Amino acid sequence: MALLQIAEPGQSAAPHQKKLAIGIDLGTTHSLVATVRSGQSETLLDSHGRAILPSVVGYQTEQVLTGYDALANSEQDPANTIVSVKRFMGRSLADVKARAQSFPYNFTTTDNGLVAFNTPRGKVNAIEVSAELLSQLKQRAQSALSGDIDGAVITVPAYFDDAQRQATKDAAELAGLNVLRLINEPTAAALAYGLDSGDEGVIVVYDLGGGTFDVSVLRLQKGIFEVLATGGDSVLGGDDFDQLLVADFIRGAGLTTAQLSSSDVRHLANVARQTKEQLSDAASVVAELMLSTGKYQIDVSRQHFESLIDSLVRKTLRASKRALKDAGINLDEILQVVMVGGSTRVPKVRADVAELFGKQPLTTIDPDQVVALGAAIQADVLVGNKSADDMLLLDVIPLSLGLETMGGLVEKVIPRNSTIPIAKAQEFTTFKDGQTAMMIHVLQGERELVDDCRSLARFTLTDIPPLAAGAAHIRVTFQVDADGLLSVSAMEKSTGVSASIDVKPSYGLSEDEITHMIKSSITHAEQDMGARMLAEQRVEADRVLEALIVALAADGDKLLSCSEREALEAGMLELKQIADGDDDKAIEQAIEQVNQLSEQFAARRMDLSIRTALAGHKVDEV
Amino acid sequence: MAVTMTDAAAERVSAFLANRGKGVGLRLGVRTTGCSGLAYVLEFVDDLEDGDEVFETRGLKIIIDGKSLVYLNGTELDFVKEGLNEGFQFNNPNVKDECGCGESFTV
Repeated sequence: MALLQIAEPGQSAAPHQKKLAIGIDLGTTHSLVATVRSGQSETLLDSHGRAILPSVVGYQTEQVLTGYDALANSEQDPANTIVSVKRFMGRSLADVKARAQSFPYNFTTTDNGLVAFNTPRGKVNAIEVSAELLSQLKQRAQSALSGDIDGAVITVPAYFDDAQRQATKDAAELAGLNVLRLINEPTAAALAYGLDSGDEGVIVVYDLGGGTFDVSVLRLQKGIFEVLATGGDSVLGGDDFDQLLVADFIRGAGLTTAQLSSSDVRHLANVARQTKEQLSDAASVVAELMLSTGKYQIDVSRQHFESLIDSLVRKTLRASKRALKDAGINLDEILQVVMVGGSTRVPKVRADVAELFGKQPLTTIDPDQVVALGAAIQADVLVGNKSADDMLLLDVIPLSLGLETMGGLVEKVIPRNSTIPIAKAQEFTTFKDGQTAMMIHVLQGERELVDDCRSLARFTLTDIPPLAAGAAHIRVTFQVDADGLLSVSAMEKSTGVSASIDVKPSYGLSEDEITHMIKSSITHAEQDMGARMLAEQRVEADRVLEALIVALAADGDKLLSCSEREALEAGMLELKQIADGDDDKAIEQAIEQVNQLSEQFAARRMDLSIRTALAGHKVDEV
Repeated sequence: MAVTMTDAAAERVSAFLANRGKGVGLRLGVRTTGCSGLAYVLEFVDDLEDGDEVFETRGLKIIIDGKSLVYLNGTELDFVKEGLNEGFQFNNPNVKDECGCGESFTV
């Protein structure tokens, strides 16, 4: 006998028609799966009644362990127990090494330079590790819902770039999940609190998870969430609180890092996490360390712990203020503050956030579950179980997207903080006569010059019909889908030839890098403007020279006297030399001079072409 | 003519109604569809319709339209857990046969 759920009035599904949709929070330390049953979003429990699946995968010769089983084994086999795999999603090994954090894994790389791990079951990459977690959650959902899952909504941090989002999608596909949409974690949290049906206004979501910090400023208007701005730090979270405690333990025990084995390090991290959790209720805790060098007992007071984490908490508050500034929102305009992530259980975090925003944050829904619960609500809508009051979610892109134009300049096609999904088209043309191909170089960033932005992809549009410079119309369309993934296409309008590319950049950017890119665009604004003007004048000089060379070759002998030609060529040579210099004003003047020198020539060419066109025609035919 | 609810079912229905924040009760019904003739309907009720009969049980209103009542008389609504799955189940004495999955039935 099938078990039934209560439907909304008039919306009972026909037998076998109810679509099963799940929301997955694929977290750095914890992952969860939730679904909507009888109108209520709830997390699905495993056979031991636990909602949380630790995001840990253990590779052994004969089997792959996930969740608590893998966690239990982590101290014995740290090298083959992958924790916090989310930090490696879409990352190259160079990215990871640059972060100077020590990991117990045997790193290697995939063919395209992404992080991979050597394990007893061979080489596995971050996508495959994540897929193990997702398929575990999928199996849990299948047995809890007694059927195949029709679709899933998976949450990602707001700051995940294209590479990281794509890696998450790839992992879901590998796990056999149909991804309805990726949504930002903070947006999911606001949905879980049902803020979509509440008062209109600005909502701040403060999400301090195990490994990432995200702050999002959302505006709710007419039932629509719009993400005004996002900020955060993709490498800051409760794990870092633990690391500070670990360092404190090591100091307290009078040891050095060099004396610790890999399993000691893992043990210290586990004790640190327990200590942190206990300090949310207790004023002080005695941490018992069982290390290879002996047993140690260390007293930790809540006050001491709070002083350890103070600078990290302040970092989150600074990022919060920055996001508000980006959104153009004042503190007094904020309607609600939503707390997400296990680390918001730390009393100091709650108190400091309340103080910053001047109001008590929402904490009634379990901060570990709130994101998954919201994702499930969105999944239920997207799969079609809820026909009425659809939610529309709008997210933003973190950095501007554009392409390279002549002279190494970046033409921005989609400005940063545009809401997605978005499609924008712009027309470009050819630079040289008879040009039959055009390279489209897709860039991400705020700066004016190609060298200062991040290259995402290149492709070439070929088979452009050979026309005079500037006569071809090439329409380049940038499209960012609801998941934040970019595709770029270019089409020559007269012939319809086209080329396109889906951008899957080989590795991602950290939040620090994004912040740096935005900041440097401001600090370098003047320099960039100068560079842009210089580059523009150079391009113009090249264009003028190019046109004159073609014209001289065609009609120079016919229409110019020797002295005229010499004067013009001398002017051109001078322009060429000046254009190699750095003075945009001088180039502009030299262009003007060449234009004057060539005025006569241009006029005569015009006359000639009119005469040629009119030759043999009567006046009334013109 | 009557229908009843188990403690487990009543508790869940109350919780779901409270969570939903509106609704006068729970509609039980049947409709002709599915692979074996009839299928159950289980919905929240916001407005009563003509021909609806209302049963009060355990402080909750169960609403059944007159046509469905014939098929449901004597039914007990239960809430059960089967492994990880959980949901409502109709214990209906009128059922003669069910399709394999139990989502539809004949009387």
